[in-house]
Amino acid sequence: MRRPRPARLATLATSLLLGLLAAAPPARAAAVQAVVQDPYLELRTGPGRGFPVTVVVDRGAPVSLLRRRTDWIKVRGADGTEGWAHRSQLERTLTPEGEPLQIPGPAPDSRTEHRWETTIGTGDFDGASMVTAGVAFLPVPSLQLRADVSHLLGNYSNGWLGTVGLAHVVMPEWRVSPFVGLGGGVLRIEPKATLVQAEDRTDTTAYAGIGLRGFLTNRFLLQAEYRQYVVFTSRDDNEEIDAWTLGFAYFF
Amino acid sequence: MDPGLRLLLLSGLALLALASPLRATAQEAAGASPATPQVVEPRVKRREVKAAALDEENFEAGAFLGIVSIEDFGSSFSYGARLAYHFTEDLFAEATIGSAEAGRTSYEELSGSADLLTDSERRFTHYDLSVGWNVLPGEVFLGGSRAMPSAVYVTLGAGSTRFAGDDHFTVALGAGLRLLANDWLAVHVDARNLAFESDLLGDNKLTHNLQFTFGLTAFF
Repeated sequence: MRRPRPARLATLATSLLLGLLAAAPPARAAAVQAVVQDPYLELRTGPGRGFPVTVVVDRGAPVSLLRRRTDWIKVRGADGTEGWAHRSQLERTLTPEGEPLQIPGPAPDSRTEHRWETTIGTGDFDGASMVTAGVAFLPVPSLQLRADVSHLLGNYSNGWLGTVGLAHVVMPEWRVSPFVGLGGGVLRIEPKATLVQAEDRTDTTAYAGIGLRGFLTNRFLLQAEYRQYVVFTSRDDNEEIDAWTLGFAYFF
Repeated sequence: MDPGLRLLLLSGLALLALASPLRATAQEAAGASPATPQVVEPRVKRREVKAAALDEENFEAGAFLGIVSIEDFGSSFSYGARLAYHFTEDLFAEATIGSAEAGRTSYEELSGSADLLTDSERRFTHYDLSVGWNVLPGEVFLGGSRAMPSAVYVTLGAGSTRFAGDDHFTVALGAGLRLLANDWLAVHVDARNLAFESDLLGDNKLTHNLQFTFGLTAFF
């Protein structure tokens, strides 16, 4: 008794692949212009520090900035030669109006300039494994408005947890900093049907948490957090749950 | 310590810490009054400095096709989609979803008895959130005239697999090769191990499900 669905989905995947091949490159905004101020601007064959420098553009020559990938920018010289230049060197060029060129976004080694942060991680939620992803907005470097979604996978039940909260990073400019958080959300538990005849239930929950985060490299942090949840159940007693997560955070 | 008391203590600590940045700002504002009045008030109009509006291409999205070897259930055609964000030249985060239809176990084939799983339980769908590291960046050469930027990367992540009527916590460990055909199109060859615990055939055991895929992605 075979169903046709997999074949149809496979066709869809194949056409997606072919579509990608056939798709035209995305339309470009008008190129940004800059004038080299360093003795020369080094252009590499790829967007990375290991790629060889094959072209240099002399001081005073104009270049067009074409596209950006991480901290590397593809540049075209006046004679049509192209290559990738690092952000730090382009920040020492001038615009045609004679002002220093500004590259948007936080500097690579900045710890406090960013506004958005995302996290992914895994952990333990009252014995169940947890896969978690979140996003944070930072109105000031030390304060995060967080939203997290977790998938809970246990032996006897599965579930979902969605929370919003506030976190305070005590020393955001330090390489390693503690942080504390408070928040609330919704917990949905779906007991496994094969084991117990229990109903799915959805409860509200609140948490207080404490954690430690440290920069592994530019823009990239390792983050460990302990949270204590109080689940406001419809039964007589509220439930208290300990949760641990270990994950990575990175910012834009 | 009593759990209720501990929660109270943690909440108090959090509130205290949240209040400290506000206090610091208030102090700075109080100490900012100028000491000496200036003789000539400079009337310099600050010029608006605009940041360069560059086309940023740190996201990478695409689809893949391949095979997955589902432990005890043979090898199956596998397909899926991936979305990655590159935050430095070395590191990226990746979300992957995939699907396959499991085959039959040797037991089902040989014994002639009833199937272990229904058709819908045979669907093998998985997702994971991973962090990737471009361990070996470089260039590959095609003939004498083409050089393509490339990277051998490793990924580690966690996710979930729905198989045999249950969701399983899954650890995804992978390695792959990314070749940039041009500035925005990349070709991937990937090998991944989706490991999860299953008690489907009696004892609880860790199953390893190896997935080999070929994919295309676009940077945008």
